Amino acid sequence: MDDSLTRGSLAYLRQAYGVAAAEVAKLRHDPFELATRAVQPVLWLVLFGEVMARIRGVAEGNVRYLDFLAAGILAQSVLFVAIFYGIAAIWERDLGILHRYLVSPAPRSALVLGKAASAGVRGLSQAVVIYLLALLLHVAVSLNPFRMAGMVLLILLGAGLFSSFSLIIACLVKTRERFMGIGQVLTMPIFFASNAIYPLDIMPGWLRVVAHANPLTYEVDALRALMIRGAASVFGLGADFAILAGGFALLLGVAARLYGRMGS
Amino acid sequence: MPDAPTPTTPDTPPPAIVVLDHLTRRFGDFVAVDDVSFRVAGGEAFGLIGANGAGKSTIIKMLTTLLPVSAGAATVAGYDIARQPAQVRRHIGYVPQLLSADGALTAWENLLLSARLYGVPPREVRERIEHALTAMELAPFAHHLVQGFSGGMIRRLEIAQSMLHRPAVLFMDEPTVGLDPVARRTVLEHVAGLRQRFGTTVVVTSHYMEEVEELCDRIAMLSHGRLVALDTPAALKARIGPRATLDDVFAALAGAEAEETGGFRDTRRSRTAARRHG
Repeated sequence: MDDSLTRGSLAYLRQAYGVAAAEVAKLRHDPFELATRAVQPVLWLVLFGEVMARIRGVAEGNVRYLDFLAAGILAQSVLFVAIFYGIAAIWERDLGILHRYLVSPAPRSALVLGKAASAGVRGLSQAVVIYLLALLLHVAVSLNPFRMAGMVLLILLGAGLFSSFSLIIACLVKTRERFMGIGQVLTMPIFFASNAIYPLDIMPGWLRVVAHANPLTYEVDALRALMIRGAASVFGLGADFAILAGGFALLLGVAARLYGRMGS
Repeated sequence: MPDAPTPTTPDTPPPAIVVLDHLTRRFGDFVAVDDVSFRVAGGEAFGLIGANGAGKSTIIKMLTTLLPVSAGAATVAGYDIARQPAQVRRHIGYVPQLLSADGALTAWENLLLSARLYGVPPREVRERIEHALTAMELAPFAHHLVQGFSGGMIRRLEIAQSMLHRPAVLFMDEPTVGLDPVARRTVLEHVAGLRQRFGTTVVVTSHYMEEVEELCDRIAMLSHGRLVALDTPAALKARIGPRATLDDVFAALAGAEAEETGGFRDTRRSRTAARRHG
């Protein structure tokens, strides 16, 4: 019984790894996408961050605004990379590639987990760029390996959560045109109704309620606590991780149920 | 309209590996597949022909578990397609009408992905991929991106992907659509070679009568979702006349429908496949 469970788990992980490895191979063949995606966080930190840093009272406590912003922009990059995974799924369906996945014996959840993991890899590549840029801008980033390991886990969780959410939207709207419209409509509220570029304290009450229901808020909170020296988590790192892991598991389950219907 | 299908019934029929039992699929009020029953014997090459919209691809999609069944039942390799879809998928290979190989990956990476998805034992992966590439005459292009391949090369790669786990049944939905005659011939030769080597059962849909006749032991003809004829190519032709071709059989049994069907979706799908074939 234990043997068959172990074999089953290994087969499941191997199938998810196969999907993720294929996505990473595509990035290796054409890294241009990663280079272009790195432009946006650079603009946010260098232009928006430098200007907003001159306005006092935005950041919390003694943390400089640029320090405050860096973790928010990292979370934003992960969100933006992951949220357009759904359109890739629609594209794969239109090309016929999706059928290759769906006629295989791999459980749908393994396929979605593989896609989520590859979103995490893309997110991590963004993190490297933002970390290097933050060092150049004298942001008080921590180089503690344990904190950095925690950040890797957070980025994987966040990318997995938002890419699964994106797949769910793709399964529901079915066409690229509709997804593009909805993707834009969803991304901005998720970003602005969070603590990515301003603290929760200065939000109006109704927006604060929305921000508390927004998973990006917990990702930013934990990233900030781990990435920036002297910053602390508002909700507690345990709560941040638990909410992100729970949200990811829930959305992974829903996405896995819907993903199989994309081939019909 | 012809008589009801008259399947061949030898004294001791070979064990069936694909069994359709009053299989039906509805899309709202439209009945795409209407109460279709037939059996495919192990090792047989079985053709499904009919006009666009006759229900060929819908049957293939149900048998490959991509589409749920509305009524009736079917088994593939002894497993029920509705209740045991994961087991069915383990025992089938599928070459869809649209090109399913990923152009952004190399041939080797496409095969490696298939090997991982189908649980090919890790110690056998390299050997199986090398054999598959050699058998399909793609070995020199193993590490080339598929987006640079010709249509025939892509189809051969997809057949290699579909056979890597040694399936009992290979389903092919219009595998030669959009290919030039030389590429079509090469693809058919490789499919025939696979049958000879592994004894794989092949279920294929096609619009090209000559290739169905060449490849298939028996042919099922569909019209408006219903099975209107099922027999060997020779027996089907004999129904029409001594010098009849399969094109004549098709025109006689599905001709009127063929003139009326082939809507926007079918045309778009065919053209997309043709465009990707280059």
